[in-house]
This record gives sequence, C-alpha cells and structure tokens, in this order.
Amino acid sequence: MTMSVPKKITFYTMLTVSAVILFFPIVYAFMISFMTGPEILQGKFFPESFHLDNYIRVFDRLPLLNYLLNSFIVSAGVMLGQLVVCSLAAYAFVFIPFRGSNFVFFLFISTMMIPWEATMIPNFFIIQNLNWLNTYQGLTLPFFALAFGTFLLRQHFKTIPKELHEASQVAGLGPFRFFLKVVLPVSKTSLVTLGAYGFLTTWNMYLWPLLVTTNNSVRTVQIGLKQLQSQEVATDWGVVMAGVIVVIIPTLLLLFLGQKQLQKGLTQGALK
Amino acid sequence: MSTIHSRPDEFIATEHKPGVWERSRRARTAILYLLPSIILFSVFVFYPMFRTIYLSFFLTDQAGDAAVFVGLDNYKYLLDSPAFLNSAKATLLFVLYTVPAGILLSLFLALLANEKLRGIGFFRTIYSSTMGVSVAASSVVWLFMFHPSIGMFNRFLALFDFPQIQWLLDPQWALVSVAISTIWMNTGFSFLILLGGLQNIDEHLYESARIDGAGYFYRLRRITLPMLSPTLFFIITISLINAFQTFGQIDILTKGGPAQSTNLIVYSIYREAFVNYQFGTASAQAVFLFLCILVATILQFRFGERRVHYQ
Repeated sequence: MTMSVPKKITFYTMLTVSAVILFFPIVYAFMISFMTGPEILQGKFFPESFHLDNYIRVFDRLPLLNYLLNSFIVSAGVMLGQLVVCSLAAYAFVFIPFRGSNFVFFLFISTMMIPWEATMIPNFFIIQNLNWLNTYQGLTLPFFALAFGTFLLRQHFKTIPKELHEASQVAGLGPFRFFLKVVLPVSKTSLVTLGAYGFLTTWNMYLWPLLVTTNNSVRTVQIGLKQLQSQEVATDWGVVMAGVIVVIIPTLLLLFLGQKQLQKGLTQGALK
Repeated sequence: MSTIHSRPDEFIATEHKPGVWERSRRARTAILYLLPSIILFSVFVFYPMFRTIYLSFFLTDQAGDAAVFVGLDNYKYLLDSPAFLNSAKATLLFVLYTVPAGILLSLFLALLANEKLRGIGFFRTIYSSTMGVSVAASSVVWLFMFHPSIGMFNRFLALFDFPQIQWLLDPQWALVSVAISTIWMNTGFSFLILLGGLQNIDEHLYESARIDGAGYFYRLRRITLPMLSPTLFFIITISLINAFQTFGQIDILTKGGPAQSTNLIVYSIYREAFVNYQFGTASAQAVFLFLCILVATILQFRFGERRVHYQ
C-alpha cells in the first residue's frame, strides 16, 4: 500500500516524537552516568566527556559483579526450570487425552487468578523452614511451574499434526521419546519465546529477592540498585545511573534481539 | 496429508478392547508429566493461599504461626482502620490513573507502529524497550527525574516560568507521579501485545474497505478496533491485575508516603507482615487483594466477553 507524501510525513513525525519522549528516560540515564557531580547540578544534557569513572566507582561500591552473576544464575535457572516443567505439562494436555484432564486444566487456570503477592507470607515461611533463605533454590524453585507458559506451549503443540503422533506410535516410539525427539525440536520457536520471557521477568523480579535474601551471597542486581540508591541518593547520581545502565544492558539486548519473536509468541499464548 | 491419514486409523480400529488397568494407563502416564507442575502449584500456590486465608482468622506470633483464634476480628479491624481504607482508596485511584491511560498510550503507539513504512522496525524496538528495563532500574531513573531541585521535570517547568511541583514529596502529586512512571514502565509490554494483535488482523478486510474508499478513522472504528477486541480485552485484564500488584516503584520512589498517600495494598501487606510482624492482619489484607483480583477477572469475563468480537 502506498501512502501519499503528506500522510507519510505526518506518520513519521508522530513516530519520531513518540520515540523521543518514550526513550528519553533511558537516554537521560545514559548521559547522567558519564557526568560528574557539578555537571549534574548544572542540569546539562550532554556530559563533557564520556569517561568511565562512574562505572569504575559503582563496581567499587557494590559487589556488582557478584550481583550480576547471581541474577544470571537465578534467571537462567528459572528459565530452564520453566521450560522443563511447562513443556512436560503442555505435552500431557495435548498428546495424552485422559479422564480428568479438564479438571487438571481448571486447576492450572485457577493459579492465574491467585496473585502471587497474596501468597507471599506463607511462601516466605516455607522457604525459611526449608532453610532456603539466601539460596539459589529459594529464589528459583517457586517460579518453575507457570500456567501462562504451559498454555503458550500447549498452543504450539496443538499445531503439530496428529498424524505425526500416530506415525511415531506405529514406529514404536514411546511417549517420552516422541516428546524429546519430535515435539520439542519442532516447537523451538515457542520454547525460545517462553525462555526469553522467563529470563526477562526473573531478571527484573524485585519483591521476592528482597524477601529471601538477607545478605550479599545470592543477592540480585535489582536489590543492588535499591542498596545503591539508598546509599548514594544525596550525593552521587552519576554512580547510581552507571549502576542502572549496567543492570539494564543485558535485558535491553535480549529484547532488541528477540522483540519480533517475543511479540509473536506472547500474542499466541495470550489468545485463542 | 490425507494419504498418511488413513493408515493409523485402520491401526486403531483393529486394536483390542483394553482392560481397566490398561485403560487407566494413559491417565497414569499423563499424571507423570503433570506431576512437577502439580507439586509445585500445590506447595507454592494452593497451600500458601489456604494458609493465608487460615492466618487471616488468627493473631500470630513472631514466627508467623497462628497463636490466638480471633474469627473475623482482623477483618473488622481493617474495615475500621483509616490506614487500610486509605490504602484501598489509593489502590483504586492508582488503577484508575494507570490502566485507561496506559492502554490508550500503548494502543496509539501500536497503531503508529503497525503502518508499513520504511524503518518501522526501529520504532517498534524503541516502543517495546521499556519492557527490558526493570521496575527497580526505571524507578531509580524516575526518582531522579522527579527530584525537586535537579530533576528534569522541575527544570522544564522553570523554563516556562511555571510554579515548581514537589512531585513525590507532595501528598497531592505523589500518587500521580508514581502513576506516570508506572504507565511508562508498562508501555513496552502492552505495546508488544497490542502490536501482535494488530498484525493478526486479516489484510483482506482492509483491502475491500479501501476499494470502498473508507478513510483511516472509519477503518479504525469499523475494522481495527472490533478485530482487536480480544487482544484489548486481554491487555485490560493484565494491566488491571498488574496495577493491583504494584510494589517495586512504591518501595523505591515513595516508601508509601508522603502522608500514606501512595501506600498501595501490596506495599501495605509487605509493611504489615515484614516490618510490623502482624501476619494475621497482613493475611487479611492479602485476602482482600485476592478478592479484588478475582472480582476484576470475573467482571472482565462477564462484561468484557460480550462486547468482544472473536474471529
């Protein structure tokens, strides 16, 4: 479809203005992260030079490298756990018709109506009684089962032709072999979508790590930001913003690379 | 595909009739695959939910165990408590501030980014970018922008000689400020979902409309919005639930203040439980939160579904 030139100009103007406004906070944080105290007080937008002092200082003030590693382990852990648990459940819903599957399906749906925050007090005590405070399993295990993830994969598994399933049974492939050798490989795109979604949401998680980490051993970057902000607030915004940039770079990269994929996959899981 | 089809059918037809043990085999296999999810949901969702309801009828000790049964006293106490009523009011206001405005903004961006123009991929990436910025990181950035003396907003106001606003420090403005930053944080996700919905709409619908000479806004009203309604319905529900669950931005931006004006329900639960160690009343608040989300979801399904146009 071809657009008239004035119409094109209108669209590009609106697109650009929206992009500038929306992206401004991120660019602004980036600029501030290179500024010295006096520069920030003067209210400049561009720093005088792009020196890395603030970045060096933020790694000095906080065990940021540790926090980054912790966040990475926790996010990757939840991602893998969700992929395994959700794909197993989705497989059962699609390929093993059994009596009572409607009831189990209803149980899965009902978990979506229970806000996680309404259960956080007993959950905290479960983790505490297991002696799992300040451990990776305490940070990851409660999030392995995910109704949304199961539905997303179920949606994709449903598109696998039933003939393929029947043919594999004829060929003597057991259900688990069929799951491993056929279903998972042809569902790569949905698995990647769910993986990216799981990684992103876990990386950005705030309340749960705040509750179950009481020392720096497994603390994640998001809690590091809170520490940084409460330590530094009056003095050194440059250092704080350097911390912010370090924390958001991994997820922004992931998003930029996987935006198309994520958008397709999320809409698929959300609807139908 | 039809050639493959016939053979397995024959195969199934000639199978012998299975016995009870044989027939329940499928159910047993299925349960094996579902077991990890079922165990995890039982331990981390269903049991804690029942435990929350149970605790809401008790006074608790420091370890969070039920000590004295008080019946509905925790609920009565909350309904008489100005602090809780204020928190409930703030939460409802917050939902009203963030949900409609956030969805209109994301819809606007999604409509723009759905045009087939050169370089549109770049704009899509920018619009979805806030999804990659965590609540903690964006809260820190917005905290700086709201700063009364060196923040960008007040500098901007000063540029036009407008009176300065104390944003997060002014009880009149604090909730609005948090709402503005929250709308920004949620834009990326809502945008991605809505754009996905727009791209699922059948091209042919537009082609025939264009032959009839229909204008942009006519097409928007008659084709785009009706066809988008399932996606809109979904994102409204999700935004509503998200707004009820707001925590991180409150903890970093305002800590519930000033004058309790931003003490949203989840923050209030957190404070009551993990600062004041009142697990009984905190659980009663959690039950309120659960009911709010339940009612919101059911209402959405009841009234939303009727107006939704499914393909």
